[in-house]
Amino acid sequence: MNRQIPLIVCFSFGLVMFLQYFSNHTISRSVNLAILDYWQIIFAFTLIIGVVSFIKVNLTKISRRIDRPYLIVGLLGMISMPFMALIWGIKADSPFMWMFENVQAPMASTVFALLAFFVASASFRGFRARSLQASILLGAALIILLSRSNLPLPYTEHLSELADWIRNYPSMTARRAILIGIGLGSLTTSLRVILGIERTWLGGER
Amino acid sequence: MIILIAAQSLFNSDRLATFLISLIAILILLYTTYFQKRKKPFTIRKINGLKAVEDAIGRATEMARPLLYTPGWGGDIQRPTTIASMNILSFVAEKTSQYDCDLVFPTHDPVIMSVAQEVVKESYSRTGYPDRYKEHNITYVSSSQFGYAAAVDGIISRTKPASIFLLGTFEAESLILAETGNSINAIQIAGTDSTIQLSFFIVACDYTLIGEELFAASGYLSGNKSILASVQAQDIMKILIALFVIVAVIWATIESLNGGQLSYWWKF
Repeated sequence: MNRQIPLIVCFSFGLVMFLQYFSNHTISRSVNLAILDYWQIIFAFTLIIGVVSFIKVNLTKISRRIDRPYLIVGLLGMISMPFMALIWGIKADSPFMWMFENVQAPMASTVFALLAFFVASASFRGFRARSLQASILLGAALIILLSRSNLPLPYTEHLSELADWIRNYPSMTARRAILIGIGLGSLTTSLRVILGIERTWLGGER
Repeated sequence: MIILIAAQSLFNSDRLATFLISLIAILILLYTTYFQKRKKPFTIRKINGLKAVEDAIGRATEMARPLLYTPGWGGDIQRPTTIASMNILSFVAEKTSQYDCDLVFPTHDPVIMSVAQEVVKESYSRTGYPDRYKEHNITYVSSSQFGYAAAVDGIISRTKPASIFLLGTFEAESLILAETGNSINAIQIAGTDSTIQLSFFIVACDYTLIGEELFAASGYLSGNKSILASVQAQDIMKILIALFVIVAVIWATIESLNGGQLSYWWKF
């Protein structure tokens, strides 16, 4: 019974959402909106689970003296932000917004900025001409890079045309082939879940 | 007349083609799952990334270091990629429980965390080692994209996992995680449904499950007949799409050669 009820709920909602997608009727639209609203409510409750788990796990690790400084900073951030929002609000001149703009946003930007260095190191490894395929990749990458640069190169127009051809034909063909595979994979996985063939999401019975 | 108007308001005719294709897909899936599965079992082609899963778990066990598994920041539990990732997690958890290897699972979504906890707990019980399950290893870190990336990066840098599984929906954090994993010489197995992030994974990881391979993984790893049958359904649909594209290309070519007006019946 523990397994059957979630399976019935999953099948019913899967079927309703599938059918409502093909309907113009106002009832179908309102059902869709209602389910999306409920999803938001459920998500808000699941955030509580996340926060409780975060606090529990961090406190356990702090008591075991594992990575203490990092976990204390994490916990302080998790607790202080909602308190500041509750006490002083989230207006432009509030402490919450000051923390958001001067602490959280710069930290997120810093992590994002790391990507530039990682792209450089990954490209260095990826573009080594070790085989014919890698050499073709290197050649294609060089053409694209040069065509997008502002260097005063000869035949710039032709280089641009060649780069567009690479992007629109060989590259796009491979991308669409992968996308068709992903689409079919997503479709069969979704149907497996709705029809109850796939039950791993319930915890087990692969 | 009233019935016709009512039917029109009930059914959105703009989506007729999608409806018919969905019905065909459902029929093929039901046919392969419930009728074909009784027939002779079939094998699917070898996927190097999945063959390497056991090696990666073995490596972590031999080096007495943990194994890190994360489903990325881009997806939530209703996304098929996350479901496929949970299937692979189930297999990985079975093996880590048998080898007594630590499995660390940081995630950005509390629902994924709850599902992953259930999946891992069940896997540990199935193999007979429920006592080896550590709930605090499967944890929610942050819903913010770069908060999540920084947290997982921190875990990778401090715990130095021997093997890293990046299977799920990834966005800009993909290369940050993969390059950090690369810097500590971990074996990395990645797979995603994002074509942009795939190129990063191919460069930075040892094995990459490209697109549909991620979805075929659960059938491949479990050997479950029903799931394998749905992989077969996927292949049948792919053949149908390829045939359709070939017919449409020939049709459009002949029409344009004849100089007539293109009919575009194949475009919807």
